[in-house]
Amino acid sequence: MTQSRWLPYALIAPAMVFLGIFFIVPLVQTIMLSFQGGSGFGLENYSKMVGDLNFGLAIKNTFLLVLTVIPLQVGLALAMGMMLQKMTAGRDVVLWIWTIPLGVSDLAAGLVWLALLQNTGYINSMLFAMGLIEGPTPWLNSETPVTLFVAVVLAEVWRATAIVLVILVGGLQLIPKEFGEAAEIFGAKPWTRFTRITLPLLKPSLQSALILRTVLAFEVFAVVYALGGRNFPVLVGEAYVWQRENQNYGVAAAYAVLVMIISLAATIFWLRALRTKPEAQA
Amino acid sequence: MTGPRRFLFVTGVITLCAWILVPIYLIALGSFGGRPAVFKWPKDWLPWNASLDAMLLFLRIEGVWNAAINSVIAAGLTMIFSILLGAPAGYALARFDFRGANAFRLLVLLTRAFPLAILALPLTVIFIKLGLYDTPFGVSLVHTALALPFAALVTASLFVGIPRELEEAAWVFGCTRWQAFTKVVLPLALPGVAAAAIFAFVISWNEVFAASVLTVRERTLTAYLLTVLSESPLHYRFAGGFILIVPSVLFIFAVRKYLFAMWGVSSK
Amino acid sequence: MTAHLTIARRALLGGTVAAAALTALAGQAFAQQDLVFLSTQLRPIEEAQKVRDLILKGAPKTTYVVDEPAPFTVRMKAEQDAGKRTVSVVGALHGELQPLAPMGSLDVIDDVAAKVAGRGIPAGLMELGKLGTGKQMYIPWMQATYVMVVKKDALPFLPAGADVNALTYEQLAAWGKAIQEKTGQRRIGFPAGPKGLMARFLQGNLLPSYTASMVTEFRSAEAEKAWSDFKAVWATVNPNASNYDFMQEPLMAGEVWIAWDHVARVKDALQAAPGDYQVVAPPAGPKGRAYMPVIAGLGITKGAPDRAGAVALIEHLTKPETQVITAREVGFFPVVNATLPADLPAGVKLLSEGVAKTQTAKDALVALLPVGLGDKGGEFNKVYFDTFQRIVLRNEPIRATLDAQAEVLRGIMNAAKAPCWAPDKASDGACPVK
Repeated sequence: MTQSRWLPYALIAPAMVFLGIFFIVPLVQTIMLSFQGGSGFGLENYSKMVGDLNFGLAIKNTFLLVLTVIPLQVGLALAMGMMLQKMTAGRDVVLWIWTIPLGVSDLAAGLVWLALLQNTGYINSMLFAMGLIEGPTPWLNSETPVTLFVAVVLAEVWRATAIVLVILVGGLQLIPKEFGEAAEIFGAKPWTRFTRITLPLLKPSLQSALILRTVLAFEVFAVVYALGGRNFPVLVGEAYVWQRENQNYGVAAAYAVLVMIISLAATIFWLRALRTKPEAQA
Repeated sequence: MTGPRRFLFVTGVITLCAWILVPIYLIALGSFGGRPAVFKWPKDWLPWNASLDAMLLFLRIEGVWNAAINSVIAAGLTMIFSILLGAPAGYALARFDFRGANAFRLLVLLTRAFPLAILALPLTVIFIKLGLYDTPFGVSLVHTALALPFAALVTASLFVGIPRELEEAAWVFGCTRWQAFTKVVLPLALPGVAAAAIFAFVISWNEVFAASVLTVRERTLTAYLLTVLSESPLHYRFAGGFILIVPSVLFIFAVRKYLFAMWGVSSK
Repeated sequence: MTAHLTIARRALLGGTVAAAALTALAGQAFAQQDLVFLSTQLRPIEEAQKVRDLILKGAPKTTYVVDEPAPFTVRMKAEQDAGKRTVSVVGALHGELQPLAPMGSLDVIDDVAAKVAGRGIPAGLMELGKLGTGKQMYIPWMQATYVMVVKKDALPFLPAGADVNALTYEQLAAWGKAIQEKTGQRRIGFPAGPKGLMARFLQGNLLPSYTASMVTEFRSAEAEKAWSDFKAVWATVNPNASNYDFMQEPLMAGEVWIAWDHVARVKDALQAAPGDYQVVAPPAGPKGRAYMPVIAGLGITKGAPDRAGAVALIEHLTKPETQVITAREVGFFPVVNATLPADLPAGVKLLSEGVAKTQTAKDALVALLPVGLGDKGGEFNKVYFDTFQRIVLRNEPIRATLDAQAEVLRGIMNAAKAPCWAPDKASDGACPVK
């Protein structure tokens, strides 16, 4: 059909034009900026970025965080999704509660966990009541890097698991029940049904969820900032600091370009790793 | 399910609910407790000394209501734009294997892969020139750039999940492509599209950096609170955090039917 | 299926209508025009509210908007590039106004300078307001400095022979150590958090006290001594200091007994319990008791939408009555000739005494805010904070760190071509880093 040759382009055209104006143009300007140093066109900003005190730490922290948080979130969201499927009563209430963090901003989530984890916070009060600590104990400073990292992981899992859950629930509901029922008749165990039927059929949703989450996880910033301040540098945080505090847009732009390259690489990785063929052509 | 397994299951569900709710309850305690509650050691677990002072001060600040209205306008527009632009693109990605599909997919993801706040300076200049600076409409355009990938990718995965055969059957019965889409595909996808729209709304509601750079007087609520929160004493910060959470809890509650409707489709 | 379809149509239709309505609303909101006063000072919620309710009372109708320094600069630059102004009056620190002048964002306000000539603003301050251009670019607005707040609980642990009003850094370290040994807690505090002003302490207090210099002697032997002494102090500093932004919070929480900070950032603690505290001058080193005065100024944007209103607003803010209200409510002190009333709130009174002690100490040494750095001010601060992070927090060797950071500092000074400012001796061309 001739229609199907131009139709997809017509469908994506509005989005293309929009992104062209509001994203590509400023993006190109920013990329140019990242190559403009004090002495003309060059890599000055990049060498400044790499030479900075926090660069190595920021790379390490960001990757460590992404590699810890993403598996936790996907595992938790899958478990939640399967539970919802099993649930008979109160499903909508539980789904509501589990998706509340979807609407909570980074800023607010950071504050929530700060309230829990600060010196005289609720978690310390609980540990104190249980006799585990003797008084207000700091967890979030430069002398306690391990607990600070755990705190950031907790806050991130709390805040951003819901989006994975919703995407996966959207995918789960599209899997015809008959598949599972048929497998059950043939005596497949629940775990086999999950790994052989549910997971493969969930691949498109899983792919979207992983891509979005990974890209967003590389941009993690506000929560980290609220909890650890400068004690836990991450890449996007450094970009903001260079822009807002150091007022060096060139280095900030260099960081932004780096984050973009890493995110792109991660995206391509997921696209390859969980390849889904579009359905056959009309 | 048998007794012990059922017990395990119910415990799991309740634990996960508590994992979400308890932190919110605790920040509410912190925000109604005022300054003494922030420093109190060990903490009270019940609101013995609740006071509305911090909360009231927030609500009395000049411009908070105006900012809230701006937020609603910006988020509403973002929701509409990102679905109108994103859903057709999502459909194209799901149904067609066309040259450039992967490039487009990457472009869409790219918008999320780039820290948007860094684009603020060039965008601000463009916006002032276009007369979009300091308007909720202008903010919504940037937020649409943020929400589009969600809308496109989420709707794409929805459309992929709707069997193509249904659509083809409609063509056989004489429907045009458009009719088949509106009569067969859209009704099935609608709950999912609604969910994507909700994402868009929430993304806009919570976005703070672009909103604060692109506005002066017509701030959105989050942008308005950011300057206030980042340098205020803890009890105000907790109160502000709580104020930011309340609308999202209510909003998700209001649309929970749509989230639940996604289940309705599957049980057919 | 038909039911679904109706919903779909209704949703689409409703969406379009809503979009139209919202766009109309958005357009309307943009139409109004008034006098916008954008400030990087007095940002916290309570203070901003006091500005609106009390300080601006009697001024022309003004929209008071606050912004952090970085977005402030972004906004000024963007409005400048686009050639369309929203903001009429800007209020910011000397160092934040500085980059606006070469950018061409500030209007020359010699006319306003003439109008406020009778207010008794010291000539030196007016000179600062010219930003080295020979023309008045801003009018001094209010001033402050950095002090030490001491909780009276800490006094019993003061080392023998030490005078709380004339401390040295060695004595501070010994004091902190005594408190730690007796109470089991590290109770000295510095604002080394992301919004804290730690860099100002290093630039304005620590280094000049040892080297009588901020830039030139950055890597001298005296500077080495300053850092090693400060490391000893830091061993008795509360580990949470790297999260402290405003010292009033840990003071009120009782986490910290001895704190250094900007006067406006400890005010709440003093107001809450004036009887519990003493405000003293910061410690001294071998070269004196260095301190850094802070000046905020008011400027008018070039192409301001309401210049007449802007002039009237500046006149209002520099009135002695307004300046007294400002001191009383937000703890910034007058730049004009105004006597503070005897009935000052106890906390503010403590602060004003502390400021006086700092300025009039026998060994007082003025270290000015950086001048002429333009948009390099942020990176200048970063040099000091990074040095602190490396030497004190990460335990890197002092000599090597100073050598490396001096290199960075030299690059910044050369790029900015900024001549030396006090306490460094005047220089031809960029201030040298020895």
